[in-house]
Amino acid sequence: MRPATIGYGLALAAALAVPAVGVYPVFMMKLLCFAMFACAFNLLLGFTGMLSFGHAAFFGAAAYATGWLATARGWGTLPALGAGVVVAATLGTAVGALAIRRRGIYFAMITMALAQLVYFVCLEAPFTGGENGLQGVPRGSLAGLVPLRSDVAMYYVVLGAFVGMYLLIRRIVHSPFGQVLKAIRENEARAVSLGYEIDRYKLLAFVLSATLSGFAGALKAVVLGFVTLSDVLQANSGEVILMTLLGGTGTFLGPAVGAGLVVTLQEYLSDLVGGWVTVIIGAVFVACVLLFRRGIVGELLALRARR
Amino acid sequence: MTTIFGYPLVVVLGQLVLGLVNGSFYALLSLGLAVIFGLMRVVNFAHGAFYALGAYAALVGLNVLGVGYWPALLLAPLVVGALGVVAERLLLRRLHGLDPLYGLLLTFGLALAIEGTLHQVFGSSGESYPVPEALRGVFNLGFMILPRYRAWVIVVSLVVCFGTWFVIERTRLGATLRAATENAPLLQAFGVNVPVLVAATYGGGVALAAFAGVLSAPVILVSSQMGSALVIVVFAVVVIGGMGSILGAVVSGLLLGLVEGFTKVIYPEASNIVVFVIMALVLIVRPHGLFGRE
Repeated sequence: MRPATIGYGLALAAALAVPAVGVYPVFMMKLLCFAMFACAFNLLLGFTGMLSFGHAAFFGAAAYATGWLATARGWGTLPALGAGVVVAATLGTAVGALAIRRRGIYFAMITMALAQLVYFVCLEAPFTGGENGLQGVPRGSLAGLVPLRSDVAMYYVVLGAFVGMYLLIRRIVHSPFGQVLKAIRENEARAVSLGYEIDRYKLLAFVLSATLSGFAGALKAVVLGFVTLSDVLQANSGEVILMTLLGGTGTFLGPAVGAGLVVTLQEYLSDLVGGWVTVIIGAVFVACVLLFRRGIVGELLALRARR
Repeated sequence: MTTIFGYPLVVVLGQLVLGLVNGSFYALLSLGLAVIFGLMRVVNFAHGAFYALGAYAALVGLNVLGVGYWPALLLAPLVVGALGVVAERLLLRRLHGLDPLYGLLLTFGLALAIEGTLHQVFGSSGESYPVPEALRGVFNLGFMILPRYRAWVIVVSLVVCFGTWFVIERTRLGATLRAATENAPLLQAFGVNVPVLVAATYGGGVALAAFAGVLSAPVILVSSQMGSALVIVVFAVVVIGGMGSILGAVVSGLLLGLVEGFTKVIYPEASNIVVFVIMALVLIVRPHGLFGRE
């Protein structure tokens, strides 16, 4: 067996054993949701080379849509999740179509501004609960078959979703479509001269990334049972960038590793140092940009390639 | 009662003046961003954090050191500008020649660190700064009441913006700066110390943000988060105006402030988002911004 296969096998076995060894399952589920968010974000940043500074809009809007439908409208878990994903895809199409008109830092600033627009809509719209957010989102059941109230059942569903998304993103990147995305990342002008209509590819990459981010957000709403403004806040857009950057942009596993580190850091550090956690996150950001731009997984891969 | 578009004139004018005050802050901030971007190709996300630092410098000056408003207007930008020079030399310099996105990410981290520190040191409640003695009271213009401090903000911002424009477009120093924007290695070959010029430019842009911070301290609640939402609006202003142009930054800042004020009269719910909506419209019609070239 190849070492990579063994590594994946061990990681999966560890993940399956999590409820048995007594790690708090809600924490693990939150971690996995953010890992999905970061992997979805990486599809855009790592494999297409577009830095969106507004992905919280898709994560948050889908979370609000799912949460609202499940609480106020009494929708089942699966239809509510599906609707959340559709909302993220629609929003992603609108934001993406505007933002890809510019590149680089302008693209980043435009996504940020449009996400701020979404934030204000969520703040003032009548169905989002304003500052309080949505509380008591029911977990329901998986198509009426598997009740999700127990943390263990929910955990395995979330784990399955994560593995599914991970494989899907690998599939997308390794497809001919994914190769064109990488060509755009490496040299946009050359991709144009090869005859690709790059705007279409960029928009599709954006919409895919937004849709998958929305799925992560919608699932988080179901898992934790609440949606708040912090899901759609600009800080959340920043955190997903940090997760991806810290773990390794353009690597498959990096964003998940980064998400694990950042979520763990926030969870345990905030007990120790309180509000200083923001300062530490900021410092990690600066250190990441200055010292290891390839991220943890990226540096490890580079180390292995050098040997 | 005189009305305009069916709204009382006094209300409309009052909101327009408020809008112009906000627009003055947008203009000062986007001006600093444009100056920094022009030379360094760095989008300074930490601009809002330096704006907050300016306000806190004035506040600490008043409450701890007994330094009043007028000296603070000069000293706070100097102190914060010096911090900016340090940040450029220690951090930003290392990103020279890399993708500009790294500059955005680095300054984002810097903003988190600065705002987080301010929050830990000064708390989350926010503090108010008294209006200086000489600028209390109002002008009665007959058709409206104009608070003196607001008039002062508008006038002094215009003067500073024009002064900056003049320095960059009409003086020898400005010519050197513009030369560095065009071709830094060549300028270096002529014997100009370009790294010092870059550090000074970052310090200058940041000082403009701190100046806006001191100026805004008496009209808003000083808090660690006062710049974090503002900087996103200013980014939208910059996208609308086109980043390359100094004059474009100032004009679009003021105009958008006015539009925002007017929106507060006719449809208050939309006043928070009107700038972003305009940005979307501008992107559809003129993707490179109103004053941008490409």
